[in-house]
Amino acid sequence: MGELKLMKGNEVIAEAAIRCGCDGYFGYPITPQSEVMETLMAREPWNETGMVVLQAESEVASINMVYGAAATGKKVMTSSSSPGISLMAEGISYIAGAELPCVIVNVQRGGPGLGTIQPSQADYFQSVKGGGHGDYHLIVLAPASVQEMNDFVDLGFQLAFKYRNPSMILADGAIGQMMEKVQLSDFKPRMTAEEIDAKYGSWATNGKKPNRERNIATSLEMDSAKMEANNKRFQEKYAKMQAEDVLYETIRCDDAEYILVAFGVSSRICQKAVDIAREKGMKVGLLRPITLFPFPKQIIGEMAKRVKGFMTVEMNAGQMIEDVQLSVGCAGCAVPVKYFGRMGGIIPTPSEVVQALEQKLIGG
Amino acid sequence: MDVKDIIKPENLVYEKPGMLTANTMHYCPGCSHGVVHKLIAEIIEDLGIQEKTIGVAPVGCSVFAYNYIDIDWQEAAHGRAPALATGISRTNPDKIVFTYQGDGDLASIGTAEIMHACNRGENFAVIFINNGIYGMTGGQMAPTTLLGQVTATTPYGRDAERNGYPLKITELIAQLPGTSYVTRQSVHTPAAIRRCKKAITKAFEAAMDKKGTSFVEVVSTCNMNWKMTPVQANQWMEENMFPFYPPGDIKDGSKADPASFKQN
Repeated sequence: MGELKLMKGNEVIAEAAIRCGCDGYFGYPITPQSEVMETLMAREPWNETGMVVLQAESEVASINMVYGAAATGKKVMTSSSSPGISLMAEGISYIAGAELPCVIVNVQRGGPGLGTIQPSQADYFQSVKGGGHGDYHLIVLAPASVQEMNDFVDLGFQLAFKYRNPSMILADGAIGQMMEKVQLSDFKPRMTAEEIDAKYGSWATNGKKPNRERNIATSLEMDSAKMEANNKRFQEKYAKMQAEDVLYETIRCDDAEYILVAFGVSSRICQKAVDIAREKGMKVGLLRPITLFPFPKQIIGEMAKRVKGFMTVEMNAGQMIEDVQLSVGCAGCAVPVKYFGRMGGIIPTPSEVVQALEQKLIGG
Repeated sequence: MDVKDIIKPENLVYEKPGMLTANTMHYCPGCSHGVVHKLIAEIIEDLGIQEKTIGVAPVGCSVFAYNYIDIDWQEAAHGRAPALATGISRTNPDKIVFTYQGDGDLASIGTAEIMHACNRGENFAVIFINNGIYGMTGGQMAPTTLLGQVTATTPYGRDAERNGYPLKITELIAQLPGTSYVTRQSVHTPAAIRRCKKAITKAFEAAMDKKGTSFVEVVSTCNMNWKMTPVQANQWMEENMFPFYPPGDIKDGSKADPASFKQN
């Protein structure tokens, strides 16, 4: 393992990118994640690993630079915050349609519009349902600590290359800005041109070799029958993600009668809320989805058969609650699913969560 | 002498470039795209760079450029080809990258991407087809449509008050310190085609030599949407487009030397 350090979440994204053998980062400044590119520029990884770092003219350009580099088999990424991710939505849809791997970090802030620069989880729908046009999904990882900001860069790339699909690290302004102890990863070498040819020669547009047909990175298909076949292939891929790569964490759920469901910084608040509720004699546990897509619907369905209810805690108007309701309903259960949240960049307190739990679920 | 005695390899004076695929082109008869595609195919063959070249196709009539030239290609979103090309060439500095873009793609929706790529001096070549109209969507006004020119969205002619002025994007591009070779060409006569081939060759060589962004505008015809015969279209282009978009080199050199770059 690499060294143990005290670092900001955004800085760790940059450090983790260098260490996991990333070939390129393309970005545009936006609060609250500008430290990602600032850290990369200060680290000058082009001298150390050969990694390219480029400040683009816009988020539209940065995601399309990611497209171009990713389509040559390179390991590339970008980062932004909510309004910038909206600008990238076009490019993300094209990357998903062209089946290219990349990592996109969204350090969310409140919206809609210019909104606020304070932390938020209001981009849940945008992240897990697609975000741009057309039928597609991202692999969405929700870090709840600075350590996971480190770990999910490498994991994001692994999943992106496994499925040839963009991965998103859906963080928020709190996780991006807060400092915590982090165990950095060891350095992995960047892939060589020969390794890229050997592993990704069937699709990488890195110059037509005599031993293969030319490769074309495109999302365009004029023949409806072929386009439908493409769409079906994408859906099979999403089903495979659901079968093989769901990640979640459970805290004190074994004997729990009531389950809080929360991701990212909200789950940190809920850990404390569970402790307070337990002290008060309420049997409460926490389910933390780590992959928001694929969503941990199976475990929620299993829990729904034995618990008295769920409450999602989200820093939005109630978005993940829809996926929890679907998971409960699909399991044939009818236990109540409630929501508590704050918006506008406000982080709920543990006591607010416990109070909501008592009012909406346990007392009701 | 029988015809079979004439058709022999040693008597061959012309053949389809080896870099052109067998796919039937979708372009309308009289369109300039096919000629420019053929030139690029010939140049890639002449320079022996098939294994190193990556093309970026636009959105517009040439969206299917990747069907015709036998190299690796990427298909960009509308206007974004210079951003893709930046990503490719920055992470693959040993490759030769070019974009192929129309006037709507490059001079309207993709203005930011082309200006900033050229201003950074990205080491790729840009082939810019300017026919003053949107071909693929059925003949709407382009940024380069001339004043008075009738299109599907300017049915009474382009009016400066309502629609703004035709954009000389190539002259703007030539002002940018990141560009090396900036030229305007056409492919309406054999002599023009030969000049254009030299220009595109030079643009590819400039990209290979890391001189900065090289840029070749090809003033082109769209006889179908101009509602003319191919011959009429060539004549209309000479009489109406050349006075405003005059063929010839605009800049010939290298991107600015940072050491002597004047900021005051």
